[in-house]
Amino acid sequence: MVIELQKENLYQEAFQALQKSRGVESSWLDRLRENAMERFAELGFPSVKEEEWKYTNVAAIARTNFQPASPSAGATQLDAELKQLGSVPEARSSQLVFVDGILRNDLSSLGALSQQVVAIDLDQALADERYSEIVRAHLARQADYVVNGFTALNTAFINRGAFVYIPKGVLVAAPIHLMFIAQSENTANFPRVLIVAEENSSATIVENYVSVEEARYLTSPVVEVVLAEGARLEHYKVQRESVEAFHVATTAVGLGRNSSYDTTTITFGAKLSRHDIVVNMDHEGAECWVDGLYLVTGDQHADTHSVIDHRQPNCTSHQLYKGILDGKSRAVFNGKVFVRHNAQKTDAMQTNKNLLLSNEARVDTKPQLEILADDVKCAHGAAVGQIDEEELFYLETRGLHPDLGRNLLTYGFAEEVIAKIKLDSIRNELDEAVLHRLNAKLEV
Amino acid sequence: MLEIKDLHAGIDGNEILKGINLTVNKGEIHAIMGPNGSGKSTLAKVLAGHPAYQVTKGEVLYEGKDLLALAPDERARSGIFMAFQYPIEVPGVSNAQFLRLAYNEKRKHLGEEELDPLEFKDLLKERAKVVEMDASFMTRSVNDGFSGGEKKRNEILQMAVLEPKLAVLDETDSGLDIDALRIVAGGVNQLHNANNAVILVTHYQRLLDYIVPQFVHVLANGRIAKEGGKELALELEQKGYDWLKAAPDSNGAGAGVN
Ligand SMILES: Nc1ncnc2c1ncn2[C@@H]1O[C@H](COP(=O)(O)OP(=O)(O)OP(=O)(O)O)[C@@H](O)[C@H]1O
Ligand SMILES: [Mg+2]
Repeated sequence: MVIELQKENLYQEAFQALQKSRGVESSWLDRLRENAMERFAELGFPSVKEEEWKYTNVAAIARTNFQPASPSAGATQLDAELKQLGSVPEARSSQLVFVDGILRNDLSSLGALSQQVVAIDLDQALADERYSEIVRAHLARQADYVVNGFTALNTAFINRGAFVYIPKGVLVAAPIHLMFIAQSENTANFPRVLIVAEENSSATIVENYVSVEEARYLTSPVVEVVLAEGARLEHYKVQRESVEAFHVATTAVGLGRNSSYDTTTITFGAKLSRHDIVVNMDHEGAECWVDGLYLVTGDQHADTHSVIDHRQPNCTSHQLYKGILDGKSRAVFNGKVFVRHNAQKTDAMQTNKNLLLSNEARVDTKPQLEILADDVKCAHGAAVGQIDEEELFYLETRGLHPDLGRNLLTYGFAEEVIAKIKLDSIRNELDEAVLHRLNAKLEV
Repeated sequence: MLEIKDLHAGIDGNEILKGINLTVNKGEIHAIMGPNGSGKSTLAKVLAGHPAYQVTKGEVLYEGKDLLALAPDERARSGIFMAFQYPIEVPGVSNAQFLRLAYNEKRKHLGEEELDPLEFKDLLKERAKVVEMDASFMTRSVNDGFSGGEKKRNEILQMAVLEPKLAVLDETDSGLDIDALRIVAGGVNQLHNANNAVILVTHYQRLLDYIVPQFVHVLANGRIAKEGGKELALELEQKGYDWLKAAPDSNGAGAGVN
C-alpha cells in the first residue's frame, strides 16, 4: 500500500477542496464524509492479498492519476450525443442524468413522474425538511464503507447524487432511468444514489452506464436501496462502460417485510469491472431475484461478488448469473448465501453458469452457502462449459453453418437471463447488444 | 437419389456399420427395421454427417455426388434431413426464430430471397397445419421442456418447413400417442411426393400402416440381413428377429452381406 499512498493523496486533496467548497457549516453529512475519507486513508485500495479481491487486481486504478470530477466540469454540449446513448424510450420523461458521476438537473427530465414521486439531487433533499430526515436515516446504512475502500471513497465524495423516493402506496408506471454518462478522460466518478420505496409502493429503476468515447476513467458508484414493508422494486443495471475504463460498484439493498426485489445486472463494458451486490433480507417474508449476465471479450475482466443474507425466517431468494467469455477475458463470480440461525423456512436457490467461447478465457466461480438454520431449502450450483457439440450438430443438420450455430447457442445461453427482463426496450436492446457482441446477424 | 455402397462406419475403431448397400430413388419410401443396437441410428447419423462417426470404407452418392465430402450443414442445405431419435433441446432459442434461420439459410443456398419475420410467420402457420402443431409451440424454446411426443412432432414440423428431398426419420413414431401417430404420419404423407424420398427407421408395423413403404430393409449387426416389400414388416411383427439372426443370408436378398 505504500506505493499507492501518493495517489491516495490526490484523492485527499480533492476531498479537502470539496469540503471547503461546501462552506463551514458542519452537518452530519460532512462528518460522514470525513469519517469515510479517514477510513479510506486507512484501507487504501484493496490488494489481491485480500481474500475478497484475490482475482481482481485494482493496482492499475491506484496507479493512475484519476481526478475526482468536480460539479462544474463539462457543463454543456452533451445534448446531441446524449440522445444516442442508451436511451430508454419508456423513460424519456422519467430520467435522471449524471455526467461524470454528478447529477445534472439541466439534462434530467421528470415530467412523466407524478408529483408524489421524488427524484432529486441529494443536496436538494437535504435542504428540504420533508426529506432530510429520510436521507439521514438511510444514507450509508446499507453500503458499508468500513470494509470496502471504494465504498469509503465514494462516501467521502458524496456530492450531487440522487435521491429517489416512492411514497407509501404509490405505484410508479414509468420506469425511472438513472443514466450515468462518462464524458471526461481520466476522471474518477463517484455517483451516489439512494432509493427509498415506502410501504406497498412499486417502481422500476434502470441504472445505465455508458460513455461518450472509449476513454480511460474510473466510475465507482454506490447505490443503496431500501424497501419498506410490501414494497416492490424491479431494478436493472446495464453496464456498458468504455472498454478502457474501470467500473467498481456497490449495490446494497435492505428488504422490508414481504417486500419484493427483482434485479438483473448486465455487464458488457469496462476493461475491469467489479460489482458487489449485497441484499440484506432483514425482515420476514421478503423475496428477491438477483440475476445477472456478463459478456466479456478481449482482455476484459468482470468480477461479481454477491451476498444474499437471510437474516429472518420465511424469505426466498433466487439467483441466476450467467457468463459468456471470449478472447482472453476473465470473470469472477463469488456468490455468498448466508442463512442465519433464526432464518427458518428460508428458500434459497443459486446458480452460476459460464460459457467459454475461447480456450484462453477463464472464469473463477465460487458459490458459497453458509447455513446456520436447520429447516431450510437451499440449493446452489456452478458450471463452466463450452458449446455443446451435440446441440451444434443438431443445428447444423438443419442447415446452419457451424459459426451461425455457435452464435445461436450462445445467444440462447444469454436469453435465459435477458428474457426475464420485463422492460421491452431494455430487453430488445440487450438482445441486439448480445448479437452485436457475437458479430451475429440473427434478427430476432 | 441416394446410393449407399458397401458402407463401413464406426466410432473410435469399433465398426458398427459393416457394409451397407442401399439405393433410394425419387418418390420412394423405404423402411429400415432391425433389433436394438443393429446400427439404424448410426446409419442415419452417418448420412447426416455426425462428426463422431468415421467412415472407413465405401461411398455414399447423393444426386450423383459424394455426400461424405459435404459438411453436415451443406448436406442439410442441399436437401437432406434427419429427424432425430432423441431430438436435442436448444434453450433460449424460440422455435420460430430457429425455423426462420434454417429456412432462410436454405433459401440463400438456393439463391432465393430471405423471408422477414412477418412473411415467415405466415409460412410457418401454414406448415404447422401439416402436423397440427399449436401456435404456442412456436414461441417456446426449441424442444425445451417438450414432452417426448411433442419433440417428435416438432421434428416433422421442421421437415415441413425445410421440405427436404431426402428425409431420414429415426423412430419418429416412438413416443407418439395413437392420435399423434396418425397426425404425424399423415403429415409425412402430405410432404411426400414424386420428387422426394423418405427413409423411415421404425420398430413397429403400426407406423407402416399409415406410411406405406415400397421397400423394407432389416438391419442386423451392421448389415442388411433381409429386404422385401411391405409384407416383410408384417412377417417380422409375427416372427421377431431371431429367425434372421439364425440365418442372416437365408433369403439371398441381403445385398449388404458379402
Ligand atoms: N457414440 C457411441 N459410442 C459407443 N458406441 C456407440 C455409439 N453410438 C452407437 N454405438 C453403438 O453402436 C451400436 C449401434 O447403435 P445404434 O444407435 O445405431 O443402434 P439402433 O439400431 O439405432 O438401435 P435402437 O433400435 O435401440 O435405436 C450399438 O451397439 C451402440 O451401443
Ligand atoms: Mg436408434
